[in-house]
Amino acid sequence: MSRIEFRDVRHAYPPPPGQVPVYALKEVNQVWEDGGAYALLGPSGCGKTTLLNIISGLLTPSEGSILFDERDVTRLPTSGRQIAQVFQFPVVYDTMTVFDNLAFPLRNRGMPEPRVNQRVTEIAEMLDLSDRLAQRASGLTADGKQKISLGRGLVREDVNAILFDEPLTVIDPHLKWQLRSKLKELHQQIGVTMIYVTHDQVEALTFADKVVVMHDGGIVQVGTPIELFNRPRHTFVGYFIGSPGMNVLPCSLDGGQPVFANNLLSSGYPAGADLIGKLEIGIRPEFVRFSDDGIPVEIQKVEDLGRYQVVTVRHESSQIKMIVGEDQAIPSADPKISFDPDNLRIYCDDWAVEAEHA
Amino acid sequence: MRKTTNQKAWWLVVPVLLLVAFNAFIPLMTVVNYSLQETFGNNVFFWEGLTWFETVLRSERFHDSLLRQLMFTGMVIAIEVPLGIAVALSMPRKGPWVSVCLVLMALPLLIPWNVVGAMWNIFALPDIGLLGYTLNSMGFDYNFTQQPVSAWMTTVLMDVWHWTSLVVLLCYAGLCSIPDAYYQAAHIDGASPWAVFRYIQLPKMKRVLTIAILLRFMDSFMIYTEPFVLTGGGPGNTTTFLSIDLVKIALGQFDLGPAAAMSLIYFLVVLLICWVFYTVMMRDEEE
Repeated sequence: MSRIEFRDVRHAYPPPPGQVPVYALKEVNQVWEDGGAYALLGPSGCGKTTLLNIISGLLTPSEGSILFDERDVTRLPTSGRQIAQVFQFPVVYDTMTVFDNLAFPLRNRGMPEPRVNQRVTEIAEMLDLSDRLAQRASGLTADGKQKISLGRGLVREDVNAILFDEPLTVIDPHLKWQLRSKLKELHQQIGVTMIYVTHDQVEALTFADKVVVMHDGGIVQVGTPIELFNRPRHTFVGYFIGSPGMNVLPCSLDGGQPVFANNLLSSGYPAGADLIGKLEIGIRPEFVRFSDDGIPVEIQKVEDLGRYQVVTVRHESSQIKMIVGEDQAIPSADPKISFDPDNLRIYCDDWAVEAEHA
Repeated sequence: MRKTTNQKAWWLVVPVLLLVAFNAFIPLMTVVNYSLQETFGNNVFFWEGLTWFETVLRSERFHDSLLRQLMFTGMVIAIEVPLGIAVALSMPRKGPWVSVCLVLMALPLLIPWNVVGAMWNIFALPDIGLLGYTLNSMGFDYNFTQQPVSAWMTTVLMDVWHWTSLVVLLCYAGLCSIPDAYYQAAHIDGASPWAVFRYIQLPKMKRVLTIAILLRFMDSFMIYTEPFVLTGGGPGNTTTFLSIDLVKIALGQFDLGPAAAMSLIYFLVVLLICWVFYTVMMRDEEE
């Protein structure tokens, strides 16, 4: 077990001949504390898998270094790193039985057979595979195969970290819940660092203590689920987390306070100096309300989602989503909205302005 | 709802039936016809029953060529399959060299059989051929026109040169279809290169290998042109394989009855071996 640190890590895949390399990972500095449960959240193609493969040593980064407990392992091959990794699509060794599949990582490392037996039995028990141990792995369903892949990731005890690369994508929804809570349970039992890649925010928020949000090859924010919800540091975090995502609207500044649609608003996080760049305000739909005075809007759509309604309104060319309780009336004539100042933030070039507050 | 029946659709099958009838079934039946009768020309036939089959099956000459054939095919497969796998494994999976390798590999396959025979004949001639001359000047006593061992070596080498590429290309296709995730998982699991080969590459190549072995078996078991041009079946009868022998009987001696019986037996042997091999491979798959 160890603390994993990324120092100025950048990575570009070899480009096609004659083209400039594009960085899949841009300047990542990040510490993964020993024993943490991390979720790596971001859209497809943002560099999540690249980051995982750099941890496990399947990839050597173009620049920067990786440290395990202050020991530089940047050039160390996978075999020397003691990392377990589970991939998105099931990988099973077709010709082997389920038992042999689970035992494979242990036997390759020369573990004595009685111990192998014990470990495999334990893991199979946990994943409900006990009655299929003697079966050929190739005959299992996709669910079963992915359980084997998971099992091979969990079976080793001496690992520095277990990496999951969207491991539950191919699994049935109800089984997904079950397996995810098993992983969480296991994390609490053995306390090994787990990094769980996903593009599903529910999955990330339920699994992890700390969520690492990635966007366009970089880490934009690291925090607990609540921090990400309440204080998005980047507009991307705002609209990627939450459903519907945060409203991001163009604004200008007047004395540190934002002006949207000729309305001077008040924000709990006013801007200090004059800012140069693209200025926007971010407000979550939960904090937009109908009010007697405020910004005049036009109601476009009302979606009733049971416990609440999502109302889409428009002011000129800006679309704003708001969440309204199920028993709250929607004004019929001249609707106006206002924003909750404590949850209204100013973003400059997509980054939250926090100068005054900090 | 009642299903409409329209028997006229059968007419659409007629072209295929005709094609199969004229290029497979009817010729085969004429062979059956010859194999059961004796003829002295003029389309006069005498019924012989299974006599020719008995003659062929008891003939030492047939046993010898069958044995030679089995040895040749066995040797060829034993060399070409492992060699093909080895070459396929060492070929680059990406980069500019891929197409170079593929073209080089495909070249021997594009050369007509009789040209291959002629090339190797000249290449191996002990006095002027590059191979023959070099071997002799290195002190080896090599003369494929006179020594059975040299003749066999040359024939087998020629076939290996001509057909290993087929195994290579099929295996290479099989290897390329393995997703990267398998290799990554194997790395994570700490598998040795041998384990990667044994548990990932070989199982994933199983289907293409089955096809490769079947093709190589059928082709080499029915080989005619190349050894005919290279050695003509000699020295003596030492490289007279089944087809060469069959042609000698049918066209050299004009013994149509025994030749027909022999070709049917030949056909059944090929069919039987292919069927057994395929069934065994596929049964293993279902388990």
